[in-house]
Amino acid sequence: MDHHLILRVITKILVAPILLYGLYVQFHGDFGPGGGFQAGVIFAVGFILYGIVFGLRRLRQIFPDYVVHRLVALGVLIYAGTGIVNMALGGNFLDYNVLAEKGYQGQHWGIIAVELGVGVTVFGVMMAIFYSFAGRPPSLDDKEW
Amino acid sequence: MELVLTSLLFFALVATAIAIALVRRLFAVVMLAGVFSLLAAMLFVLMDAVDVAFTEAAVGAGISTVLMLGTIALTARSEKQPASYSLVPLVIVVLTGLVLIYGTLDMPNFGSPDAPVQQHVGPDYIRKTPEDIHVPNVVTAVLASYRGYDTLGEVTVVFTAGLGVILLISGLGRRPRRRKREED
Repeated sequence: MDHHLILRVITKILVAPILLYGLYVQFHGDFGPGGGFQAGVIFAVGFILYGIVFGLRRLRQIFPDYVVHRLVALGVLIYAGTGIVNMALGGNFLDYNVLAEKGYQGQHWGIIAVELGVGVTVFGVMMAIFYSFAGRPPSLDDKEW
Repeated sequence: MELVLTSLLFFALVATAIAIALVRRLFAVVMLAGVFSLLAAMLFVLMDAVDVAFTEAAVGAGISTVLMLGTIALTARSEKQPASYSLVPLVIVVLTGLVLIYGTLDMPNFGSPDAPVQQHVGPDYIRKTPEDIHVPNVVTAVLASYRGYDTLGEVTVVFTAGLGVILLISGLGRRPRRRKREED
C-alpha cells in the first residue's frame, strides 16, 4: 500500500491511541466496561492495522510468529497458574481471597491476573489468525479492489 | 425516545441484512457485515449491555471484517450467480422466523423483574459484589471471580481455536526462525 499516503499518515496517528486504549480497557475492566477479551482484541487490532498498511514483513519484525505462538499458550498458563498459586497458598483453585491479607484485595489481584491471562491469549490468537490469513500469497492485485 | 431509536436501529439492521443477501460483490458484503455489527452494538448499548456491545464492536466490526477481507484476498471477489432460484429456502426462513416469534410470546417482557433470569443467582451477585470483591463492574466480578472456572474454559476454547487455525493454515514447518537458521 505504498501509494496510499492518507492511509499511511492516518494509521501512524491512530495506532498509538488504539494501543493505549487497549491497555486502558485491560486494566480498567473492573471499573468500567471491558476486560481482557476486549482489550486483547483492541490491542491486536492496533497491530493488525499497522500490518495491513505497512506490510506484514514489518509487523513480523515486531512480533515474530514464534513470539505470537508462545503468547497464545502463555495467557492460558497465566490464568491457570493463578489458580495453582492460590492452591499453593492454601486456598481452592481460583479462590483469590488467599492472595492478600484482606479477601477483597486478593480478589483484585486475582482478577487483574486472570484478565491479563485472557488478554494475552486473545491477543496471541487474533495475531496468529491474522498471520495465517495474511501470510499466504494473495491472489488479488492491490488495484483489483 | 428510546423506543424510536430502537425501532430505527432494528429497521436499519433488517435493511442491512437484506442488502447483504442481495449484493454480489463480496467486498461490499464484508463492509455491510461490519455495519451490521456496529448497529447490533448500538442496540446492545440501548439495552444497557455495554460489555456485550463492546465485544460486538471490537470483534464483529473490527477483527471479523479484517479476517473476511483476508479471505476474499485469497479466494474470489464476487459471489457466483446461482443457476436457479428456488422458493424452498425462503419458505424455511419464513417458517423458522414465525416459530421464533411464536416462542417470544411466552417469554417475559424485556427487563421485567419477574423474569426467571433476574430471580436466580443474579440478585446475589449484585448484592454481594460490593462486599466480596469491591469492584464497581459486576460483569467483571462475575466473569473473573464468581464464574472463574467458566472463563478459564472459555480461554481454553480460544486457545484451542487459535491452535487449530495455526495448525491448519499457517503451516508450522514454515516458521521464520527455523528458516533463518537453515540460511545461516
